[in-house]
Amino acid sequence: MVNNVTSYSGNGLRDWLLQRVSAYVLGFYLVFLLCVYFLNPSIDYALWHSLFANIWVKLFTVLALLSLLVHTWIGIWTVITDYVKVTGIRLLKEAIVMLALLTYLVWALVILWSM
Amino acid sequence: MSEAMKTVKFKIYRYDPEKDEKPYMQDFDLQVPANKDMMLLSAIIDIKDGQDDSLAIRRSCREGVCGSDGVNINGRNGLACITPLSALKQPIVIRPLPGLPVIKDLVVDMTQFFRQYEKIKPYLMNDESLPAKERLQSPADRKKLDGLYECILCACCSSSCPSFWWNPDKFIGPAGLLQAYRFVADSRDTFTQQRLGDLTDPFSVFRCRGIMNCVDVCPKGLNPTKAIGELRSLMLREQT
Ligand code: SF4
Ligand code: SF4
Ligand code: FES
Repeated sequence: MVNNVTSYSGNGLRDWLLQRVSAYVLGFYLVFLLCVYFLNPSIDYALWHSLFANIWVKLFTVLALLSLLVHTWIGIWTVITDYVKVTGIRLLKEAIVMLALLTYLVWALVILWSM
Repeated sequence: MSEAMKTVKFKIYRYDPEKDEKPYMQDFDLQVPANKDMMLLSAIIDIKDGQDDSLAIRRSCREGVCGSDGVNINGRNGLACITPLSALKQPIVIRPLPGLPVIKDLVVDMTQFFRQYEKIKPYLMNDESLPAKERLQSPADRKKLDGLYECILCACCSSSCPSFWWNPDKFIGPAGLLQAYRFVADSRDTFTQQRLGDLTDPFSVFRCRGIMNCVDVCPKGLNPTKAIGELRSLMLREQT
């Protein structure tokens, strides 16, 4: 039987709200990146480096990364609990997704702080 | 002088779990008066009377009030008794409501559907002291129940909702949620907070993905998606 223990917050309203808020954060971050891209004639390492050296950009990026994690987890969890009915396989898939998401997060943080 | 007749073609889902290994579609031709229209239910009953009395369908009121004869007609859920033959493309393909276990032919087991309905406590709850006569309601408050109380629990909506197909044991479904909102919106009910609190888990309400199949098929023209949206915003207001 599908249960709520693996859902992000265990509360449907909170999950629903978080998914919407994180969508906005991701949207704003995307707009920000597009602005950087279109307002600069050439994107080179120096520009990229100075951009991400800014603490606010760093924080914004971390926020976007966390939003990505939350947003993806809630969404994928919903799809998995809709379609995968065998508990063992469902847990396995959920574990793989969670592991992948956490890896991306840590990886991105490492990159961010090495810049 | 005999009346002019025409032939209408049907393909009807048949399944008797005691006899048939697998469900199959059976063809029927029915002679109907050429210059009169008739409802699909009457045609099915004519087939049952004249060609095969083992064909099973539930029906009662034959006027869109009891909610017994919800079936899938040419791919769309509806009530056979208020669907005119003239509105349908031939062959008219009739199947049981999707997503519910078939008992026989067009008759489905509605247990899960009613279990979800039961969960929302479909009755007025009020812990204030009883008035001498009756609980009054202003016309304005009564108006809030329009578009909600008319539901006849035919299950056309819930059985067309993918979220209900995948989690019929945990997602209340459009019919149940429309009624949940009907009691939340009722000025005479004092259990609004508890009612909303009971629905905050990730499944009961939040499995609704706003596909709106429910709105599309409701034979009474009701809008469960809107009721679900109202429930969600009330929860948001209560809990934040
Ligand atoms: S909301 Fe409409 S489709 Fe759903 S059970 Fe009620 S009357 Fe039937
Ligand atoms: S709007 Fe919600 S309840 Fe209605 S069919 Fe879609 S998912 Fe189901
Ligand atoms: S027979 Fe009652 S609704 Fe169709």
